Amino acid sequence: MKETKIYERPKSWKKGVHTHYCPGCGHGITHRILCEVIDELGIQEKTIGIAPVGCAAMMYDYIDVDFCEAAHGRAPALATGLKRTRPDQVVFTYQGDGDLASIGTAEIVHVANRGEKITTIFINNAIYGMTGGQMAPTTLVGQRATTCPEGRDPNLAGYPMRMCELLATLKTPAYIARVSVAQPKYIIEAKKAIKKAFEYQISGKGYSFVEVLSNCPTNWGMQPVKAFEWTVSAMMPYYPLGVFKDFDKEAE
Amino acid sequence: MARVLMKGTEAIAEAAIQAGCKYFFGYPITPQNEIPEYMSAKLPKIGGAYVQAESEVAAINMVMGGGATGTKIMTSSSSPGISLMSEGLSYIAGCEIPAVIVNVMRAGPGLGGILPAQGDYFQATKGGGNGDYRLLVLAPSTLQEAVDLTQLAFDLAFKYRNPVMILADGFMGQMMEAVEIKEYKGQDYDVVPWALGNMEKRGKRTILKSLYLDPGDLEHHNIKLNEKYKKMQEEEVRYEEFYADDADVLIAAFGTTARIAKSAIVNLRKEGKKVGMVRPITLFPFPYDVIKERASKAKHVLVMEMNMGQMLEDVKLAVGERTPVSFFGHAGGISHSVKEIEEKIREIL
Ligand SMILES: Cc1ncc(C[n+]2csc(CCOP(=O)(O)OP(=O)(O)O)c2C)c(N)n1
Ligand code: SF4
Ligand SMILES: [Mg+2]
Repeated sequence: MKETKIYERPKSWKKGVHTHYCPGCGHGITHRILCEVIDELGIQEKTIGIAPVGCAAMMYDYIDVDFCEAAHGRAPALATGLKRTRPDQVVFTYQGDGDLASIGTAEIVHVANRGEKITTIFINNAIYGMTGGQMAPTTLVGQRATTCPEGRDPNLAGYPMRMCELLATLKTPAYIARVSVAQPKYIIEAKKAIKKAFEYQISGKGYSFVEVLSNCPTNWGMQPVKAFEWTVSAMMPYYPLGVFKDFDKEAE
Repeated sequence: MARVLMKGTEAIAEAAIQAGCKYFFGYPITPQNEIPEYMSAKLPKIGGAYVQAESEVAAINMVMGGGATGTKIMTSSSSPGISLMSEGLSYIAGCEIPAVIVNVMRAGPGLGGILPAQGDYFQATKGGGNGDYRLLVLAPSTLQEAVDLTQLAFDLAFKYRNPVMILADGFMGQMMEAVEIKEYKGQDYDVVPWALGNMEKRGKRTILKSLYLDPGDLEHHNIKLNEKYKKMQEEEVRYEEFYADDADVLIAAFGTTARIAKSAIVNLRKEGKKVGMVRPITLFPFPYDVIKERASKAKHVLVMEMNMGQMLEDVKLAVGERTPVSFFGHAGGISHSVKEIEEKIREIL
């Protein structure tokens, strides 16, 4: 009988490790496609990742490339120092929505505006996962969180921040896209976008940013399947998928 | 390079370049703006980079990233900016990354004023950021010393894989003096075993982190760091003695204050008054032993600082109960005059 291998551990995924993520969490899926992209581009030995403060703080336990930890929200600044001193390396930050859109807002806006040749993977799960489900800058209007038990009130907390749209107002960034990992069809697109983002960095086009609409079944209080349904039904209308900036398209 | 007349800030910048520093990340603040300005003009021409960060918070994290690749990195700022860098300094120390930070101190607290002061002694030597960590702190008292210590700072940063701070007061930054800046190679430290970006050479990846969720692991990490700090205390204590061996009145002062005190000591010695000084050059590690030794033979110890009494605490720790210790300070940007120091000492004698 002929066997066809349909599943394989990516080479850059650390052997024999399992993540600490809750079942059905989008962090794990995103890590996997990140590893696949690293493998396909053959850049494992020259990639430096920057781990955030958030649920993905220990992503270096799973992804087998050089890593540095960053203080909460500071990954883009750290990446700047890394890339400026080692332009031959491929540098990425991986950040949650609290990390990137709240405490690290200054750092993300300026790394994009300087056009640092790095890549950012932005995990939008509309909540502070690690600290137990507090309101994030991306929490939807009406969505309950432990620090907005009655649901987010835009009169008090403002409207959720759309980071792709905000960053796309800048002239410098080379590539800005929003994807999702809520269903297989979206995952395929997400991987393409992440790959493109890395390619833009490698070819020196400039700064690339991919927002991933993820989930947090634990703090949303939903079963994993329900949680991804909610990503599609509640998040996507407010956070439309698509490409917001693309140097190549602009050049055409 | 021959002796040339230079402004303190520029001398420090050029000294760093001659020590092999090609990367600078900073944010403007008076009175140290000439350092980033100098770096922004020079570094791109020697294949390095200058980045004007969006804040000191970002600047120190750029420093951390640059240091993480095992590259010689520097930033400079002044007091309020250093406050913002405290978070990053704790991470840099925790992750054991070499970096050089210059603080050209101005008067505080808060926005305070732009005039020279020494009010950041506690911040530099006792913390600033969270957790058990230490900076090596070097306090120059002349421009030539600022040049030499800046170059030494890079060596120490790599020797210990630790942030090193040059703690200069505003005078050091603004005054002009003849200095000689030599090209300084320093020791060659092999960074491949720990620095990022060497996976190919090393054959496996590496991680720089301060996160240890297991309490046993974290205690172990702290013990390891502490052993390093102990080694600094054993090997890196630096100080200058000035007529200290037979002093009845022993002055303890650092930086510009010590320099002013020297003039008073010379004058008083002419009158036959036995006055001397121990001037700590490293504020961490602090020269407790020599101060203890010299104070034991003195009748009085006088601590002078451009603050309300910070190094005073370390001097008291060194002296103990054996000799009376008094304090003479100025703050707000006011410095001591030679005359008032002489008067103060006459009062004591
Ligand atoms: C300076 C600082 N402030 C606060 C925290 C606490 N903290 C840790 S993770 C986190 C939020 C993480 O949320 P997010 O970035 O959305 O990541 P997620 O866990 O959802 O992936 C916070 C506030 C911290 N570690 N450091
Ligand atoms: S808390 Fe939420 S974001 Fe964190 S691992 Fe669990 S599901 Fe994922
Ligand atoms: Mg989140």
